[in-house]
Amino acid sequence: MSRLADTFARLKKEGRAAFVPFITAGDPDMETSFAILSKLPEAGADVIELGMPFSDPMADGPAVQASSMRALKAGASMVKVLEMVKKFRKVNSTTPVVLMGYYNPIHAYGTARFAHDVAGAGVDGLIVVDLPVEEDEVLRVPARAQGVDVIRFVTPTTDDARLKRVLDGAGGYLYYVSVAGVTGTKSGPEDAVRAAIARVRAATDLPCTVGFGIRTPHQAAAIAAMADGVVVGSAIVSKIADNLGKPRAAIIAEVLELTRALAGSTHAARHARVNA
Amino acid sequence: MNTIPNSFRTGPDAGGHFGAYGGRFVAETLMPLVLALEQAYEAAKKDPAFHAELTDLLTHYAGRESPLYFAERLTAHLGGAKIYLKREDLNHTGAHKINNTLGQILLARRMGKTRIIAETGAGSHGVATATVAARFGLPCTIYMGEVDMERQKPNVFRMRLLGAEVRGVSSGARTLKDATNEALRDWVANVEDTFYIIGSVVGPHPYPAMVRDFQTVIGNETRAQMLEREGRLPDLVTACVGGGSNAIGMFHPFVDDVAVEIHGVEAAGEGVDSPRHAATLSMGSPGVLHGARSYLLQDSDGQVIEAHSISAGLDYPGVGPEHSWLKDMGRVKYHSVTDREALDAFVMLSKLEGIIPALESAHAVAHVIKIAPQMRPDQIIAICLSGRGDKDVFSVAHALGEKL
Repeated sequence: MSRLADTFARLKKEGRAAFVPFITAGDPDMETSFAILSKLPEAGADVIELGMPFSDPMADGPAVQASSMRALKAGASMVKVLEMVKKFRKVNSTTPVVLMGYYNPIHAYGTARFAHDVAGAGVDGLIVVDLPVEEDEVLRVPARAQGVDVIRFVTPTTDDARLKRVLDGAGGYLYYVSVAGVTGTKSGPEDAVRAAIARVRAATDLPCTVGFGIRTPHQAAAIAAMADGVVVGSAIVSKIADNLGKPRAAIIAEVLELTRALAGSTHAARHARVNA
Repeated sequence: MNTIPNSFRTGPDAGGHFGAYGGRFVAETLMPLVLALEQAYEAAKKDPAFHAELTDLLTHYAGRESPLYFAERLTAHLGGAKIYLKREDLNHTGAHKINNTLGQILLARRMGKTRIIAETGAGSHGVATATVAARFGLPCTIYMGEVDMERQKPNVFRMRLLGAEVRGVSSGARTLKDATNEALRDWVANVEDTFYIIGSVVGPHPYPAMVRDFQTVIGNETRAQMLEREGRLPDLVTACVGGGSNAIGMFHPFVDDVAVEIHGVEAAGEGVDSPRHAATLSMGSPGVLHGARSYLLQDSDGQVIEAHSISAGLDYPGVGPEHSWLKDMGRVKYHSVTDREALDAFVMLSKLEGIIPALESAHAVAHVIKIAPQMRPDQIIAICLSGRGDKDVFSVAHALGEKL
């Protein structure tokens, strides 16, 4: 089984949800970013979403936008993102790493070469924000051939017919976007998220993680009680922004402290299947 | 892939592709909206009532048809081909943009949307959007880069006067690309009630085809007017290309006329050899931005490079996907002119014809200034004069070192 499937199967057995932190590779610089990445598992990360910085992150709110700009300014590139994963795999062979970003840098890299190189680096999944079902075959097919899952989104605008289409060819897990909007603003109303997860569960066995707007341990616990995973991005990269200028060790410590708090409450929340 | 088709007018395909370009590269949250828009537009296209209402507005509100004017003194001055100007500058709001915003707001109403958003560069599209929003009593928010707000102050005031909220965008180079990012962010957060009126032939399908369809009134009129005036088609049709909506509107009715040469004119800014230009088709490479695959100014890592042009309306690192296809097919030739050449053309047309062109349109005029003298007096050029230059007088005065 793949690292992703292994992880979600193990967590299901343990009756808890995955904690999935997001950081942008290279934010605020390559070295600090790698230090954070390598310590995320011991702070409670079950799956890591690693952002590939892009100049025009149009689905992201101010926090992730700023994070992306910091990384680019620090010299992050696609090659450096992959090197970072390779280096991570030397110290961690079990925690799944999912690269998240926009299509153009992948397009520029070449989809076939990209699929090959991410697999070689030890990447487990890809989330490409602006590559919907209609367009993702060009990446999904070569990635799948390399054993890398392309993770798809379900959103508040996804109706039943669309859900069927999204599930056809979906791999790894599903990313439920809790609210129609950009990252880091508000989270969706709990009832709506619960109903959406129930609808997804009725249609697939793929794990369903929830992201967008989850900032506090309290919110993470509420989502963890319903979903198979909790994604937190903006709150974590904001922690980096808030501590810029401090010594590297302090930035790392702040980020890991927040991660531990979020992971702790995610793991403590009993994970009751909605449709069980 | 590069087989020449029987017609250049059949695209896009069902997925919104012009050859390898176009498509629908948007976040999943927006996909159902984009698909709903496509359905609504297909239905509207087949509805005579939609066309009747649009034609009525174009005639009585926008002031169409616009004249095809023989630029006698410019022709004599350049001493070559006869030059005609398609006077889109005489439309209500002063540019071709109103052709598109009228079409889209009718569609918004058909879809029951109650709020309008748009991006704008020079402000022409913002004004044209604020205008139709006022006309139909819908609240309207316009996203505009802070740099563009500074260099297009009169248009910012116009939009506010028309009742629109103008939101300054402070990310990136604070120009059109960044305003587009912000408009997309607004759209994804307001999916229930909001219609996004895109200002050019860019964005996810169906926008490039839909905006083109609304703008082909330019070329259709030009064709008929030219046949009436000269009894034949022009030898050369030309227009400036930023996103490319006035250009595709002008070109599309001529693309199957093999004897008609077609030139798109991009902004070379400070020169295509400098890092400061907006010549996407001339200097860029295929990439994906704002919903479509098309030529793009980008670095080797796929990061988008900021464009530069003295003209805020051409200051965009992307271009409409149909232009990318027409370029690859060789049907349209794309040239570029510098800020300096556009300024000279701006002044020349003002002095010789009493017509102050938009800086965008001045790029097309500048191209003609270069090539008309090499053509014979019995040859004919039709330029799309996409807008008027009132909005640009401050920035032109500044560039010419004059204080107002």
